[in-house]
Amino acid sequence: MVILLGSLQLGILYGMLALGVYITFRIMNVPDLTAEGSFTLGLALSAVCCIAGHPLPGLAAALLAGAAAGCVTGLLHTKLDIHPILSGILTMSGLYSINLLAMGNSSNLSLINSTTIFKVANNLLPFLDKDVVKLLVAFVFTAICVTVLILFFQTHLGLCIRATGDNEDMVRASSIHVDNTKILALALSNGIIALTGALIAQYQSFADINSGVGILVVGLASVIIGEVLLGRRTLTGNLLAVLVGAIIYRFIITLATKSFLPAYALKLISACIVAIALSLPAIKKSMALRAVRKEAQTHAAAETDF
Amino acid sequence: MLQLKQISKTFLKGTPNEHKALRQVNLTLQDGDFVTVVGSNGAGKSTLFNVICGNFYPDAGSVLLDGKDITWMQEHKRASFIGRVFQDPMRGTAPNLTIEENLALAYSRSKRGPLHFALNKKDTAMFRESLAQYNMGLEDRMDTKVGLLSGGQRQVVTLLMCTLVPPKLLLLDEHTAALDPATSEKIMQITKEIVAKHHLTTMMITHNLNAALQTGNRTIMMDAGQLILDISGAERANMSLSDLLALYSSKSNKAFDNDRMLLT
Repeated sequence: MVILLGSLQLGILYGMLALGVYITFRIMNVPDLTAEGSFTLGLALSAVCCIAGHPLPGLAAALLAGAAAGCVTGLLHTKLDIHPILSGILTMSGLYSINLLAMGNSSNLSLINSTTIFKVANNLLPFLDKDVVKLLVAFVFTAICVTVLILFFQTHLGLCIRATGDNEDMVRASSIHVDNTKILALALSNGIIALTGALIAQYQSFADINSGVGILVVGLASVIIGEVLLGRRTLTGNLLAVLVGAIIYRFIITLATKSFLPAYALKLISACIVAIALSLPAIKKSMALRAVRKEAQTHAAAETDF
Repeated sequence: MLQLKQISKTFLKGTPNEHKALRQVNLTLQDGDFVTVVGSNGAGKSTLFNVICGNFYPDAGSVLLDGKDITWMQEHKRASFIGRVFQDPMRGTAPNLTIEENLALAYSRSKRGPLHFALNKKDTAMFRESLAQYNMGLEDRMDTKVGLLSGGQRQVVTLLMCTLVPPKLLLLDEHTAALDPATSEKIMQITKEIVAKHHLTTMMITHNLNAALQTGNRTIMMDAGQLILDISGAERANMSLSDLLALYSSKSNKAFDNDRMLLT
């Protein structure tokens, strides 16, 4: 029960990460590797701010810094014409040094003795169980995040971003600067991802410089699980599906690592889930082709029987 | 209205594949002109459109619209007063957005702030009404994704997107060429209605010589990057298809050559 509650908490928190990944991966059609750096950036800034005694400003700092990291990737991609994936890799790589700098050149920080928003909430709601409070805090942040995104994507600017991933020519013809919408989408995505990192640091009272490694795959897995289970429909539906995907992903990982697989297998399992889910269309296609060929052969055989 | 002065454009300059797409083209359009543009393959028709709408810049010369020099204005800025419909129905619309979202994107471009909701009841009602005029059955499918529509339906949506806020200049780049003959006819009819309704200054590239002579009030012919023919008024009214072809041969010293050209 405690394990399930724990993975539900993490699932809801990582739901925000999945929302950020969804913006770049599905709406802009580019898997953005900046995520790996901006997640740790948020984590580091939040940890440092907590140690200084400011947990809430830590979250704001993470959001803004993540957005700035997204802008860097966006500028590299649009203004300097570097391939989008390479732009993300460059920013991610550069962020490693910046993250170390933020953490005072130490590879991990402990927040055991510092205030975090989870501890603050605990003090405000002393009558509730500790785990329930954690769940509540995670839920509030994710709910705000998804609501803001759902509303935002119905505004003119949100519509421009969605159209940019769909048909750049058309967006340009509607007198909108495509470079700006791309940069904005990357900033939005990485801001959310950094905020996730910031919350995770305060949740686990711990920050590690390598927390971001493989985090993009975690986000992709959540997005894909959500899509496979709930289908791809309207944008609002998809955003909610992504949240469900993140929770289910966390359950799968928890069950796998607690029952039969060692904890270090986590990244391999994530990678396998994503690879299998992404290859499903190709597998379906070849199965369909095989069925057609088989049927054609039986017809041919039946005709030669005469 | 639109003035093109000494426009030149060369592709792959300084290489063996150098191609002079436009050679000192001069053209002046009057307010309300509906000009049809014909010409053989590689004559420079689409290049001319690209220069006008800013897809790329000319090597020399200038583009003036209402007396204002827009030669170096960025494409998305010109788009607020130049509408363009392409041959490919896929290019003008966003497939994963619904019809009303596509229309709203085009319509609300300068109306409200960026953070206002793109869709509202008043606009949607207006979109429905505008679509209903064309009897394509689109008005009842406002929340259908545009990717699910046929080519002809998508071109209607694109045309409407370009003209919801009437542009100063409408550029039609063989916008019926990818459609079957019946749909093509219908889209052409709708085009004429829209142009007449808003008194739009329009340039239309077409591969259908009959349509070129029958649509609009002026026809220009291009060859090897130059304007070789510019007819309007009585001269144009009295011109038959064979006259036009004969004129082309005498001007350019070769037979008309366009593998998509329809003569019927």
